[in-house]
Amino acid sequence: MSLWRQVTRGLRGLLRRSERDREIDDEVQHYFEEMTAAYRAQGLSDEDARRVARHECGNLHTAKEHVRTYGWENTVRTFVADLRFASRQLRRNPSFTAISVVTLGLGIGASTAIFSAIDPILFKPLPYPHPGRILMLWNTWQGGRSEIAFGTYLELSQRSHSFESTAIFGPWQPTVTGRDEPQRLEGQSVSARFFKVLGVAPLLGRDFSTSDEGPHASKVAILSDALWRQLFHADPAAIGQALKLDGDNYTVIGVMPRDFDDVLSPSAELWTPDEYDSSQITREFNSWEWGNHLRMVGRLKPGVSRAEAAQELAGIARTPWSQFPRPRWASLKLGLIVDSLQDDIAHTVKPALLAVFGAVIIVLAIACVNVINLLLARSAQRAGEFAIRGALGASKRRIMRQLVTESMLLTFLGGALGVATAVAGVRVIVALSPTKLPRLNAISFDPAAFLFAFVLISIIGLVAGVMPAHHIVRNGLLFRLQSASRRIASTHLWTRRFLVVAEIAMAFVLLVSAGLLVRSMQRLVAVDPGFSPSYLLTLEVVTSGHQFDDIAANPGGADRRRRFFEQALDAVRRVPGVDRAAFTSLLPLSDDPPVAGIYGAQFEDQDSDSGYNVFRYAVSPAYCSTMGIPLVSGRFLGEQDSEGAPPAALISESLARHHFGNRNPIGSRLHVGPRNRPWFTVVGVVGDVKQTSLSIDDEDAVYLSTRQTWFADDTLSFVIRARGNAAALVPAVKSAIWSADKEQPILRVITMDRLMAITEAHKRFILILFETFGIVSLLLAAVGLYGVLSGSVAERIHEIGVRMALGATRGNVLVLALRDGLRLTAFGMAIGLCGALAAGRAIASLLFGTSVLDPGSWFGALALLAVVAALACWVPAWRGANVDPASALRSE
Amino acid sequence: MHGAHLVCHILTIKMKCYYSALMTDKNTDVIQGTLDLLILKTLSLEPIHGFGIARRVEQVSRGVFKVNPGSLLTALQRLERAGWLNSEWRNTENSRRAKFYSLTRAGRKQLEIEEADWNRRASAVAHLLEQEA
Repeated sequence: MSLWRQVTRGLRGLLRRSERDREIDDEVQHYFEEMTAAYRAQGLSDEDARRVARHECGNLHTAKEHVRTYGWENTVRTFVADLRFASRQLRRNPSFTAISVVTLGLGIGASTAIFSAIDPILFKPLPYPHPGRILMLWNTWQGGRSEIAFGTYLELSQRSHSFESTAIFGPWQPTVTGRDEPQRLEGQSVSARFFKVLGVAPLLGRDFSTSDEGPHASKVAILSDALWRQLFHADPAAIGQALKLDGDNYTVIGVMPRDFDDVLSPSAELWTPDEYDSSQITREFNSWEWGNHLRMVGRLKPGVSRAEAAQELAGIARTPWSQFPRPRWASLKLGLIVDSLQDDIAHTVKPALLAVFGAVIIVLAIACVNVINLLLARSAQRAGEFAIRGALGASKRRIMRQLVTESMLLTFLGGALGVATAVAGVRVIVALSPTKLPRLNAISFDPAAFLFAFVLISIIGLVAGVMPAHHIVRNGLLFRLQSASRRIASTHLWTRRFLVVAEIAMAFVLLVSAGLLVRSMQRLVAVDPGFSPSYLLTLEVVTSGHQFDDIAANPGGADRRRRFFEQALDAVRRVPGVDRAAFTSLLPLSDDPPVAGIYGAQFEDQDSDSGYNVFRYAVSPAYCSTMGIPLVSGRFLGEQDSEGAPPAALISESLARHHFGNRNPIGSRLHVGPRNRPWFTVVGVVGDVKQTSLSIDDEDAVYLSTRQTWFADDTLSFVIRARGNAAALVPAVKSAIWSADKEQPILRVITMDRLMAITEAHKRFILILFETFGIVSLLLAAVGLYGVLSGSVAERIHEIGVRMALGATRGNVLVLALRDGLRLTAFGMAIGLCGALAAGRAIASLLFGTSVLDPGSWFGALALLAVVAALACWVPAWRGANVDPASALRSE
Repeated sequence: MHGAHLVCHILTIKMKCYYSALMTDKNTDVIQGTLDLLILKTLSLEPIHGFGIARRVEQVSRGVFKVNPGSLLTALQRLERAGWLNSEWRNTENSRRAKFYSLTRAGRKQLEIEEADWNRRASAVAHLLEQEA
């Protein structure tokens, strides 16, 4: 087999077709002439010779054809011809083409985009060695995950034998100075084995070691690749250089690899060892080492399963040892929650993501059904064409090949649109996603998903396109040309009707789900947060710098801090347009980590083992009135509650109810935080405020004056009630704060309304997705219904003509057609009821204040579907009613 | 003109099916593999045109093997593309242009291979027949 010759001769045949054909003609002609000459030489007459030769050679024309069709170039030519014919067919039916391509494109694109988004969160393994062995360990509070204390970590790491290495980590946000301008960085404060647990070592320099931990070690930091490039311009000599963070000199000891992805804190740029002092674990439990604000992660030893580790940890939690004393709030009485890192990252969003994934599968199914319907309809129309072609000598294979080409062309166009939709869709998803979405930076267009969806739809398109033709061709072509042909079309019409009913059912399921989510969102937004959020501006002000340190070597540091905040507040009050102003250590419905604000509270009449976990708000006296928190009994905090005065506290209504019931709480005493401080006296009860989210009930709270609390918070949120537009006051307020000290960073400047919107952004995003899917599926189902009904009317045109001739009015015919369509819709809805119920149960965890059988959503979905279906049925019904009876009778 | 062409076309397409059937019905049909061998052998003597090959084959086999132009010319095309034959347009004795085929070196080698193969098969069949007799 000479490849070269095959290629060149084939190309010559392809490109210089007429020349080659002429050569073949010449050769065959020459053959015939030579044969004639040979017979003449044998003595036959000219005419006889010709006759015999013709008989011997057979039909010359056929011989020429035979020779011509040899060669690979013929396959190519046939394929190109098929392609041109197919594209011409598609162009002649623009509406069919457009609808099919758009349906395919949207189906493929949407499912690929959603799957690309979900894959890194739910399915793809984490980018660490043996990621299945990395576990997160949590304390338990109110049935859910809660952070742990350093003391707990020490106990668990020393007592447990299941882990190769364990580590703790917490947020760290230092300000880097000494460069062009101060910049606040995102980082993590970790224990020395943090990177060993993850299994990734720094590319440059070295990892942390245990000698770097603790308050007395010299300060070191490891940078991310991006930060190293930004600050040191990728200079390898950065190792060993100093970086001024929060006023201290940190030595850079390492740089992480470029592709390192810290899933525990995706925006972290640098890491430093923690500064907890193991010697501070005293029985007083007053130190920072016992605050529940850290997260713990561990890598299992090879061979130890998660269940074994969980069991061991549960045992440790149940049996306290004397050398590891535990305070009440870290008693581990409720056990520990142990989860694999992958599940842990996804667990808050998993139900929502799975719901969205389910919805997208439904949309894809509807798209497939629509495409099948369209193709079946078209095949029924073209049955006549196939019959004629068969009569002209086309083999079954030839017709099939042409149909396959057509289907493939359609699917290819749909696929091209699908790629564009998927890529755009992924960008939209990333843009609209709440920033808290885990693994957000790992979301990108996933080719595997696209391939899967494309192949699936191609197969379906192929089957749907080829199936009817196969049926027709096999049953004999003449049969088709007769009027009894209608039977074949009606077989397919039943398939199509069944498919449309399925479509309507699925669309109904999606509409009900979307409706439930809409109701849920309405209820959520209607929840009273406990304060009045309008015209409220918030700013987060940080005090950084050593002049504020509250340590023995820096006397008066805490006082300087308090003074700065109060001076800033006074300046803010003087800004025109400001009605009231105050500050607080914890801002409701913000992303302030709740654990930073939860402390233990113990009333006078409680024994040392019991108490409440409450939100501690260190506030300025005017806080409650600025926020609009109502006073239930007693008085607000005031100027009289200052350093020397008896410590006063406000408690929230729910805390009062929990502990005092109907009794009067005013005058009772309680401890908040450390037990060795003077008692706080309750001077008033205020209304409940939602702190974490509108949907969560956690309103036990205590309000203290910043002047009387036992430590000075370094970060306070200023709340300003404006007389008019809150956002317009931002520049003036900022300069007012900076007039007290211009070195202090101001972060998170945002109005309360916007903050509340962002907090629910996650739910809103899911809702938008479902609404989109609902609408898309509704449109697709409507198109499908329209198509089927048009086909049905077209098929019954003869019958309609007869009816009209017998006296039926236009109205009668209209009702006839409409009834047909609405019957299909009703069937679809009935089937969809069960599906919708199942779907509602599946998304129950996403709903708030809405039961799965919420009548408003169900009736709304029903009504919407009925209206759209009626519209979709109206057009073909109207056309059928307006047909001219005479031509209807004549048509076949 | 189109109508006549169309009818002609339809008829010939229809007849093509019968044509191939005809050709395979005859018990003097020449199967593709043997045809290759015969062509190569004929061309090993001297280069000739298509009809020349057909006449030589018919003559030497004393009428046992008859080829039709369609199959023969297709086979010649195939062998040429395989690299075993070369072709060129020349003038015959009647000063008529014809396509002459000649054997290439690779063609000669292929001829040897096919000859050996045929002999092997023929002797195997002969042995089988001897046994049954």
